[in-house]
Amino acid sequence: MSKRILLMLMALVLVVTLATGCGGGENKQLANEGGAKVLRHNHGEEPESIDPALSTTVDGGSIVIACFEGLTSLDENDLPVAGVAESWDVNENKTLYTFHLRKDAKWSDGQPVTANDFDYAWNRALHPDTAAEYAYQLFYIKNAPEYNEGATNSKALGIKVVDEYTLEVELSAPTPYFLTLTTFPTLFPVRQDIVETNSKQWALNPETYIGNGPFKLVEWQSKDHMKFVPNEFYWDRNRVKLDAVVKTFIAEASTMLAGYEAGELDVIDSVPLNEIDNLKQNDEFQMITQLGTYYYCFNVTRPPFDNPKVRKAFALAIDREDITNKVRKSGVPATAFVAPGVPDTAAGKDFREVGGEYFPIKAQPQEAQRLLAEAGYPDGQGLPNVTFIFNSNEEHQIIAEAALEMWKQNLGIENITINNQEFAVFINTRQNGDFQIARHGWLGDYNDPMTFLDLFTTDNGNNDAQWSSKDFDELIDKARLATDEGDRMAALHEAEKIIMEEVIMIPIFHDTENTMIKPYVKGLVKSLLGFTYYDKADIVK
Amino acid sequence: MVSFIKTFYGVQFRMLSYIIKRLATSLVTIWMVVTITFLLMHTIPGGPFTREKALPLAVLKNIEARYNLNDPLWKQYTDYIQNLARGDLGPSFKYQGVTVNQIIAESFPISAQLGLASLFIMLFVGLPAGIISALRQTKWQDHLAMTLATVGVAVPNFVVATLLMYIVGVKLGWLPTARWLSWQSVIMPSIALAGYYTAYVARLTRSSMLEVLQQDYIRTARAKGLPERVVVYKHALKNALIPIITYLGPILAGILTGSFVIEKIFAIPGLGEHFVASIGNRDYTVILGVTVFYATLLVAVNLIVDILYCFIDPRIRLGK
Repeated sequence: MSKRILLMLMALVLVVTLATGCGGGENKQLANEGGAKVLRHNHGEEPESIDPALSTTVDGGSIVIACFEGLTSLDENDLPVAGVAESWDVNENKTLYTFHLRKDAKWSDGQPVTANDFDYAWNRALHPDTAAEYAYQLFYIKNAPEYNEGATNSKALGIKVVDEYTLEVELSAPTPYFLTLTTFPTLFPVRQDIVETNSKQWALNPETYIGNGPFKLVEWQSKDHMKFVPNEFYWDRNRVKLDAVVKTFIAEASTMLAGYEAGELDVIDSVPLNEIDNLKQNDEFQMITQLGTYYYCFNVTRPPFDNPKVRKAFALAIDREDITNKVRKSGVPATAFVAPGVPDTAAGKDFREVGGEYFPIKAQPQEAQRLLAEAGYPDGQGLPNVTFIFNSNEEHQIIAEAALEMWKQNLGIENITINNQEFAVFINTRQNGDFQIARHGWLGDYNDPMTFLDLFTTDNGNNDAQWSSKDFDELIDKARLATDEGDRMAALHEAEKIIMEEVIMIPIFHDTENTMIKPYVKGLVKSLLGFTYYDKADIVK
Repeated sequence: MVSFIKTFYGVQFRMLSYIIKRLATSLVTIWMVVTITFLLMHTIPGGPFTREKALPLAVLKNIEARYNLNDPLWKQYTDYIQNLARGDLGPSFKYQGVTVNQIIAESFPISAQLGLASLFIMLFVGLPAGIISALRQTKWQDHLAMTLATVGVAVPNFVVATLLMYIVGVKLGWLPTARWLSWQSVIMPSIALAGYYTAYVARLTRSSMLEVLQQDYIRTARAKGLPERVVVYKHALKNALIPIITYLGPILAGILTGSFVIEKIFAIPGLGEHFVASIGNRDYTVILGVTVFYATLLVAVNLIVDILYCFIDPRIRLGK
């Protein structure tokens, strides 16, 4: 009896395993499609949504950018260029933008792209029922925050369709970087008929995922990959050289690297930290700078960090060069908060170049100790116990351990500990201000110093430092209302100077995306915001 | 004849009433699992929309309204139970527009295929290895099998997975390094997943066989002059299987619902990952959905194992 059961069981196992099979011989097809130019880019974890209004991740954003196009688009230098809008007029106070749409822009089903599509998409992204996380990217539009709160109706919004190919946008304040905002996925057009007929499902199915961008989605195997081919109706079809893009959803860095080394992938966007030293020997390894700053945030209301001198002492005890070169093995040492790459539009230079360095790259132990003594804690005596918190993660852990050593050695203190918490618990603790010093990071939402600096205004939800300064708030307001770029930049530099001199945080490094790109991949563009642009990419073997 | 039919139906009836009783208690078990999970999940700080970049308050309010997260907790609970009774596990908070039912329907078959392939290895490698060791006790076959089994138990599956991926996938290029593409994709993950269990099954089979082989009835069978094959497979193995089935039952539920580690390493779009990832994401509906699913499967497998016992061992009677 037992033997029969056993045999039956085994037979069942065998039959089910073999009969159901999986996928179906796709591997070979993906690896080599008869000489066609197929770019295989590992995307990372499957995006939460590829609906332009609901997409929140950089990876998901790259998919939206492949399949949709905004009024403007970014060039290789991160500057806005014509997209669906072929030209635009801006009034003198930069509050009224009139976009003139090109007449040959088409959706992937051949329908023309009109101003109504933008009007619908923006209304939808702002509508309370859509509950879009990135709705705030549209808050520059007149009455948009009120509409998002449900306090006013859509008629009050500063969006006006003049005619099919003319869109007028009224902003609540002068926003010189509005043209870079229109390159952001949340502001991309969507088709009312498609979205309304298919409700929440439209962005889950390649057939209804109709876009107006250079590519269209043709295949989506959930949690494994997506495949894109050129959109034949794209107005600049000739720009697109690839025959297909396959985006795979491998989340584990070591697995991506294995796939890359085995020749199954052409581009990967992250590599295991402990492999970086080896990979640096290879030309295929590239550190691509991003608009981000990794920093340690003080709670300026909690002792001992209510004393600016203690804060400065802690900041000077950190060796940024060692952390970037020896510990994280990547990144750019941060000497201030605003990341390099952000333009100072008045000077025509990098904002960082004009603003200069506020913190030295190397640690300054003597100066740090002197400040600590001045604050009343000579050699750390009498310093209250300090706990540094961060979220559980290998990278944060090793950086925290290095920082801990630097504080102990360079300040001569012992009563400092590090403590890690699970991500959501950590964020909760940090947002509640229940900490002394915590890991923090900021990735810009658009390419302007404002995306960094307005973080520390008194009411900002991300001002975890619990810091408040009337002067600072006024400078940010001044920059918001300025119609002259010279005045605006001056105010922003002044604002940065205040937070740096007050040392409400310790800038540590600016983020880089550590990528591997096969040498035959040409023209792949990665923007400062981390988005990947495939429209000019090519494979030249 | 009549008495035989009576007995037969008596057994059938007893079994049926036993099964009904078990199903009723299972429902209570599952309800308790749901309730405890629901409470625990809402006790931990942070929510599904906790972000590194804090969301503006108005935006957060809209999102909470959309997912009914602004309702009082008891209302969220009763709503969930009502939907659950209808088989509706609700929408995922993380994957926009995707329901938990869809997530399970898409990912469970993949994990189950991988699990069955691993089960296949466990039974076809583990069982024979154990039997051979027992029959050739203290001979080289025994030493070899048991040394391998010790290694199998001791080496963690992620080490096996990484080594396989590096050697077979990258260096030799015989198999795809990762993902779920064709039958070839099943090989490495199923070996990595089965390693520990196979080794354990081999050791369990060996000790169980050794114990049974020393029983009086085996001596009797041999004394009767039965061929060794019949003694081993018909008389010994049948009884030796009981502890193995006891072990495999709950393992089966676990292995069919996928392994977080193996699925992560091989980028397999299975269910296993959701058990862990959903907690980090505070994707409440997914946490509850996969927990209910797993609990149901576990309860079902245990029931099946209990029923199987009475076929294997006539001494075991259900419902008494």
